[in-house]
Amino acid sequence: MYADWPLLSLVIWTPIIGGILVLFAGDRDPSGARKIALVVSIATLLLTLPLYTQFNSGTHLMQFVERHEWIAAFNIEYYLGIDGISMPLILLTSFTTVVVIISAWEVIQYRVSQYMAAFLIMEGFMIGTFSALDSILFYIFFEAMLIPMFLVIGIWGGANRIYATIKFFLYTFIGSVLMLVALIYMYTRTGSFAIFDFHHLRLSMTEQVLIFLAFLVAFAVKVPMWPVHTWLPDAHVEAPTGGSVILAAIMLKIGGYGFLRFSLPITPDASAELDWLIITMSLTAVVYIGFVALVQRDMKKLIAYSSIAHMGFVTLGFFIVFRIMDSAHGEQGAALALEGGMVQMVSHGFISGAMFLCVGVMYDRMHSRQIADYGGVANTMPMFAAFMVFFAMANAGLPGTSGFVGEFMVILASFKASFWIAFLAALTLILGAAYTLWMVKRVVYGEIANDNVRALSDINKREFLFLAILALAVLGLGLWPDPLVDVMHATVDNLLNHIANSKL
Amino acid sequence: MEFIYLAIPLASLFGAIVAGFFGKQIGRSGAHCVTIIGVAVSFVLSLLVLKSVAFDGAAVYNQSVYTWMISDGIRFEVGFLVDGLTALMMAVVTGVSLMVHIYTIGYMHDDPGYQRFFSYISLFTFSMLMLVMSNNFLQLFFGWEAVGLVSYLLIGFWFKRETAIYANMKAFLVNRVGDFGFLLGIAVILMFTGSLDYYEVFERADNLVAASMQIIPGMDWSVITIACILLFIGAMGKSAQVPLHVWLPDSMEGPTPISALIHAATMVTAGIFMVARMSPLFELSDTALSFVIVIGATTAFFMGLVGIVQNDIKRVVAYSTLSQLGYMTVALGASAYSAAIFHLMTHAFFKALLFLAAGSVIIAMHHEQDIRKMGGLKKYLPITYWVSLVGSLALIGFPGSAGFFSKDAILIATHNSTVWGSGYAYFAVLSGVFITAFYSFRMFFLVFHGEERMDEHTREHLHEPPAVVTVPLILLAIPSAIIGWLTIDTVLFSDYFDQAIIVFSEHGAMEALAEEFHGPASFVLHGLAPGPTWLAAAGVISAWYIYLRKPGLAATIRARLEWLYQLLDNKYYFDRFNEIVFAGSARAIGQVLWRLGDALMIDGLIVNGSARLVGWFSGVARQVQTGYLNHYAFAMISGLILLLGWVVLG
Repeated sequence: MYADWPLLSLVIWTPIIGGILVLFAGDRDPSGARKIALVVSIATLLLTLPLYTQFNSGTHLMQFVERHEWIAAFNIEYYLGIDGISMPLILLTSFTTVVVIISAWEVIQYRVSQYMAAFLIMEGFMIGTFSALDSILFYIFFEAMLIPMFLVIGIWGGANRIYATIKFFLYTFIGSVLMLVALIYMYTRTGSFAIFDFHHLRLSMTEQVLIFLAFLVAFAVKVPMWPVHTWLPDAHVEAPTGGSVILAAIMLKIGGYGFLRFSLPITPDASAELDWLIITMSLTAVVYIGFVALVQRDMKKLIAYSSIAHMGFVTLGFFIVFRIMDSAHGEQGAALALEGGMVQMVSHGFISGAMFLCVGVMYDRMHSRQIADYGGVANTMPMFAAFMVFFAMANAGLPGTSGFVGEFMVILASFKASFWIAFLAALTLILGAAYTLWMVKRVVYGEIANDNVRALSDINKREFLFLAILALAVLGLGLWPDPLVDVMHATVDNLLNHIANSKL
Repeated sequence: MEFIYLAIPLASLFGAIVAGFFGKQIGRSGAHCVTIIGVAVSFVLSLLVLKSVAFDGAAVYNQSVYTWMISDGIRFEVGFLVDGLTALMMAVVTGVSLMVHIYTIGYMHDDPGYQRFFSYISLFTFSMLMLVMSNNFLQLFFGWEAVGLVSYLLIGFWFKRETAIYANMKAFLVNRVGDFGFLLGIAVILMFTGSLDYYEVFERADNLVAASMQIIPGMDWSVITIACILLFIGAMGKSAQVPLHVWLPDSMEGPTPISALIHAATMVTAGIFMVARMSPLFELSDTALSFVIVIGATTAFFMGLVGIVQNDIKRVVAYSTLSQLGYMTVALGASAYSAAIFHLMTHAFFKALLFLAAGSVIIAMHHEQDIRKMGGLKKYLPITYWVSLVGSLALIGFPGSAGFFSKDAILIATHNSTVWGSGYAYFAVLSGVFITAFYSFRMFFLVFHGEERMDEHTREHLHEPPAVVTVPLILLAIPSAIIGWLTIDTVLFSDYFDQAIIVFSEHGAMEALAEEFHGPASFVLHGLAPGPTWLAAAGVISAWYIYLRKPGLAATIRARLEWLYQLLDNKYYFDRFNEIVFAGSARAIGQVLWRLGDALMIDGLIVNGSARLVGWFSGVARQVQTGYLNHYAFAMISGLILLLGWVVLG
């Protein structure tokens, strides 16, 4: 029944139009705005489900394709489609948005309709980014989603929000401008903006390196990779809880997605040539940032830094493949690394989102993010403490939770490339546990630290609901990742075949 | 059978889930009923499995339960391998766990976290069962980390205590160091065999032997040695071998029943079990075996010495666990895997017994744990006294007791071993016999005999704990006394383990032992001849002389050997070293990278620096835009002249 539906357009435009409706409904009736927003987000989630159930995992070809002429003068098309790489991320987006809407329910009292609208519109833009197959369309969605996020941090953010928003905006914007230059250059060569035309465009090494670097700046900032990561802790600290969740769970993934959709297939030779650069940056993220996370005093900063470290596994998994394919022990392992990076993205979406929500739950009660202001939360919020310890363990990569799967795959695969790469990556086992559990020890355990903690009340039903949903997702993916990994095989294999062929 | 295998771990899991999530609804008695029934079901079914494997000669069961994931053609499965080794472990784990469950009813009677505690210990049992029943490395790692998680929860059970939440974090992190090696070991195995399934890996073990790799450029190392040592690093974490032993004594911060569970049946036995399970790999590398035997011997000897100076009743037992784990590890290194498993089994019974008996003393003493404040408890706690005596005799290897058979087997096997380091190991385990006897009976005499040193109030309230405490003690005392006699023939000298444990003929320690063995009775007689048993006797007599006969003597010796006392009392300064070097430098590195790297270099210099640069440049450029008409006119004319000049002259 879905075969004729323009499903992708529906899941992009339903939340955007819904968001505009919420915006027009205004703040006269905040509870009405909340309800409309929830209905729209759930409708969008339901609409994305057929993308999974009707997905044909046997092919690497694009599915649910929609292709229409848009700006004929420049051969720009409204061209949508998804494969095994983008589909899971779209589901992650629609899922997370529902969670964010629920989490904001009573917490946001100021300009409710605008807040809800911002997240719905952002959802549409993000899904658009994941499904666009025309690079200008991609670029427009890519840039457009910055605006609602900019507003979310700037309006509902903390004390130092202006510095954080400007830093966030400039960082990401400068990166993407270079990408635009690269896209236009390739347009002059192919006469088209379709991403697949770029995939098959022959490029010299110099061209490839320049294009690769342009993409690298754009996507490395988004991921973010060391050393262009410093906007993230500031943005997270100032953002309201919902903003942090979307930022960590979805926006960072767009950087990782960009590497798979653009960098690797368009500039395979430059990627192979410069893989040492990405590997170094990724391992630095894992180790250096792991140490930095250890000494943070602000919980949100700590989780932000831990995000950077975890995203290091994503980029490591994506760019280690060249060394695995060159290894003397056969090609097995390259797909493991790529799929590991993908699983890590999805898992990080659940876990970092949950961690930020946990901090949000405490912040709503105490209005502090400082670790030193807490202590002994388990005494007054036992149910919350159970969730917090669970997500902390997932963050530390405990087997049985989703946090384990991706890291496990990437470490196993990277061993084939080099003992020392695997060694450094596996340090996360120790560092990740150290910074996460040390925070848990100081915040959750111990005697009741002060009267504010004594006055805490445990989570209510609404908070229980969204934490429980995320806990089930984390546990489900950890106990049975196959349904997720299975949809990627064809796409990943095709990508590996593609990048194994030199474009020179 | 398939259903039974699945039901064994799931019965424990079910109890844990019900008690954990619905603790409030089912109440305290509901919680202990559901978990005890769950573990009892696991235990009974495990006994059935053991029977079918040991007596009915059931074939090895090796099946997948479900496919966790397929990626890159590699199948990651969750599945069970049930053979003699697994069946024995299952019975020991569930049996000890059941006793601990029952005992907990009495011990945790007044604790507000009653349901939570039952949920955790059932979850612990489930995790350990998944670990021992696994047929592949993935699930092994699952169980491996899951017992780490539950031990974290249990050691920090009293989460208000600063010492407890420090100890649980320390336990988890130290175990993570081991897991770090373990994970890399799994990666080596996957890389060279392309599989994580035990049997497939064992079949392709030749790939590991044939290959070599360079970790440090210019040095070729055999892959099998690297793989085994990395795996063993994991075992060092779980089974608390030097230098990753530091978490185990601190784990005493948890309630006593979990000390019994951690030290006897779950967690610490995981490493020993794993190496025995991997015997087809370890046999291929003499270097790895030497590494194992040296680490084990060091742990056995030096940790036993620390036991002598401990005054906390639980810590004495804890150090004896470390030392006994060293014995098992030595046996592994000597290729006497079955002897290691045999000692694991007997030790599980008598160590659980000793811990629970210590718990019984602690209840009676109103949570006083210092043995210097006890004494003469024999007449107040007769049952506890007698079971402690049985446990202590088993621990020191009194002829005929369970510990005698397993420990003597290890001693003889080590003596016969030819692997490098076995001479040192033999010296260590032999002197360990004296040390074990000395510290065990030092504690025994100080607690149960001699002068009553407790205060008057405590003395008045001294009485034997209720039956839920004493019955498990008695039930554990029986196997501690007799299980060695009954099972040594089957476990060590029959083909019970069959293909589960592989020993190459060049590692002939067990074969030599088998030649000397002519039934348990003659083994006991042989034990009475001059040798280890005399050393044990000497240890007991020394303890008696120093602590009962001449109570002042201990202080004199201590004064004479002050440096040694300090060294032992500070546990060879491992904790302080770790605290300063590892924890301290990690925090320092973090601070430097954050303050200098992130804040000063990246943000200060580059990010805000470029913002300032732009600001400075626009400030300069702004100077030109003065707004005065004459300045603009001057600039225009100058430009015009320049242009004209260029056109005319060019």
